[in-house]
Amino acid sequence: MAFSPPKINPPSDDKRWRIVTAAMRKHGFAPDALIESLHAAQEAFGYLDDDALRFVASSLYVPLSKVYGVATFYNHFMLKPQGKHTCVVCTGTACYIKGAPGILEAIEKHLHIKPGETTADGEISLLAARCLGACGLAPALVIDGDVAGKLQPNEALTRLEGLAKDHA
Amino acid sequence: MLNEELQQVQTKELAAQKMCKHRLVVCTGTGCLSAQADKVKDALEAEVKEQGIAKTTAVIGAGCRGMCASGPMVAIESDDVLYQSVQPEDAGDIIKALGVGKVERLECPTDTPFFTQQHKVVLEHAGLINAERIEEYIALGGYDGLLKAIYEMTPAEVIDQITRSGLRGRGGGGYPTGLKWSTVAKAVSSQKYVICNGDEGDPGAFMDRSVMEADPHRILEGMLLAGYAVGADKGYIYVRAEYPLAVKRLNMAIRQAQKLGLLGQNIGGTPFNFQIEIRLGAGAFVCGEETALIASIEGKRGQPRPRPPYPAESGLWGMPTLINNVESLGNVPSIIRNGADWFASIGTEKGKGTKVFALTGCIKNTGLIEVPMGISLREIVFEIGGGIPDGRAFKAVQTGGPSGGCIPESYLDMKIDYDTLANVGSMMGSGGMIVMDENSCMVDVAKYFIEFCMTESCGKCIPCRVGTAQMHHLLTKISYGEATMDDLALLEHLCDVVKNTSLCGLGQAAPNPVISTLRFFREEYIAHIVEKRCPAGVCQIHRQSPQPEEMIIS
Repeated sequence: MAFSPPKINPPSDDKRWRIVTAAMRKHGFAPDALIESLHAAQEAFGYLDDDALRFVASSLYVPLSKVYGVATFYNHFMLKPQGKHTCVVCTGTACYIKGAPGILEAIEKHLHIKPGETTADGEISLLAARCLGACGLAPALVIDGDVAGKLQPNEALTRLEGLAKDHA
Repeated sequence: MLNEELQQVQTKELAAQKMCKHRLVVCTGTGCLSAQADKVKDALEAEVKEQGIAKTTAVIGAGCRGMCASGPMVAIESDDVLYQSVQPEDAGDIIKALGVGKVERLECPTDTPFFTQQHKVVLEHAGLINAERIEEYIALGGYDGLLKAIYEMTPAEVIDQITRSGLRGRGGGGYPTGLKWSTVAKAVSSQKYVICNGDEGDPGAFMDRSVMEADPHRILEGMLLAGYAVGADKGYIYVRAEYPLAVKRLNMAIRQAQKLGLLGQNIGGTPFNFQIEIRLGAGAFVCGEETALIASIEGKRGQPRPRPPYPAESGLWGMPTLINNVESLGNVPSIIRNGADWFASIGTEKGKGTKVFALTGCIKNTGLIEVPMGISLREIVFEIGGGIPDGRAFKAVQTGGPSGGCIPESYLDMKIDYDTLANVGSMMGSGGMIVMDENSCMVDVAKYFIEFCMTESCGKCIPCRVGTAQMHHLLTKISYGEATMDDLALLEHLCDVVKNTSLCGLGQAAPNPVISTLRFFREEYIAHIVEKRCPAGVCQIHRQSPQPEEMIIS
């Protein structure tokens, strides 16, 4: 290596930064490890805040604008904190023709948010996935990692209400 | 690892498997896991322990068996029984019946066309072996092909086998694999790369995921053979981050292969070196395009660039790069092991071998199937798929995802291969096959796919970025009953422009769903426009359509 950038200290003494640093070190702090590093940061913190973007940018010696460009280009990266619970509605083709739009609309009305948003109380994030690959269960809904399949809109709402009650 | 050592592993594993009186294989692919297959496996293991037969009974988690609609599936190999829709409560009955009979209420008949009409090559081990153990892959002849190639064949002979087999790219384009390999092999460079494209972004397609989950070593062996043939010593597998199980199993497979010396330096005691690394995608459909995928591996935004130069000449970091789809690479070990003539004997004149399809939508047997090329759509939908549930009428089958088209009933007897599908305005694509019945509105389906392409457009070229948004606007107008025949003419014109002027495959193929539905289901568009009604009752004709500025997705 002809050039090695100066060592960058994490923004805080939060231990989770070590995971991010470890991921970057694994790739020798090479600029092409940007996406892998952002994955590590998102996995550690749940989303990417400005601190994380700046830290990754300076550690890999990549312009912050480029890091921001990559983080906003890919759907997987979140720049806002997510709710306590996530509710993912699959909108793959199989789910779509079997009634996913109805489920999504019912949930949107119920929670007053659109896909990609989080309820004002920070409880539930609603996401629309392109395809979960559980096409045998279409239309499918994933609440906190548990897949529920072959749902009607009202059944989907019942499940969401169950979620709210658990934490009431 | 030397040939003899491989044989030793093979014999040892086969002997160990013989020791087991009963082998219970639980499908733990993503589809069955969603239906709680892990709990079924736990329950079976607990029951086996309780009965004190743990020494003679193996409970194994394997990859996808294909029949996702009836998951979770459990196979009792010793008794040749297959159970469907198994619940954890059924564990007791299943264990009791071991070796003496079967639990009839759970039995899944295996003499149906779903099982008998398939021809498995890429999926030959799927659902049979524990994907997390390299020994089981080796026991079934895995890595034999690799050692045969590096000991007995020159790289040119390997390429010759692939060329003569007639294998074509399974990612959709259908480019002859042998030709691609020889182009990369001819390129002069000190460094070459092999990339496995596992960025399966089509909604409704999960073939590649199943192969990676069920038989990860097959992909590694395919890449090793590709690396040997073209002279590369470094490989990347680009996998979607949305496939955590596939990523986990591939990582495990790489570690196991390294440990046995099947990956790394001086493989098999020869000068051949090969390393494989995994790179995660991050949810961008356009990254399935090869130049965009390369940009993404380099840590950049996944935007395509004009070709030529093709990646075979100037790819990853400017070096000659071979990019093959998961399924294409999955065919390679079988071709080398069984010979090109064996592979060429399957399929049709122009489409050799088999194709894996994800059969979904309004169909009884949702799942993953592998069929020889040249099978008719009717056989797939009505025999293997079991037809449309609830006695509804068949309307269309959509192949090729957002880049493909809808094929109506009149073409059901068509023999499918790359060319016949292209002739009817669709494409093979990666292999999603979505069946639609009379309750689906074709305008709505076209709108769905255009919306997909609109949001997934990378924005680099104008025809794709602006064109798909305008097409979506026109289709929305039609679906709300607010369009005129002039709008329809404009839509057709726009299809032509976007198709012919976009930079990459995403834009060039984006109008296909619209063009094909206009070709075969024009009367539905007319009904929306002139009669202001939706024949299938899907579109909300009397609602006000949103204004264009509200529709732009941030």
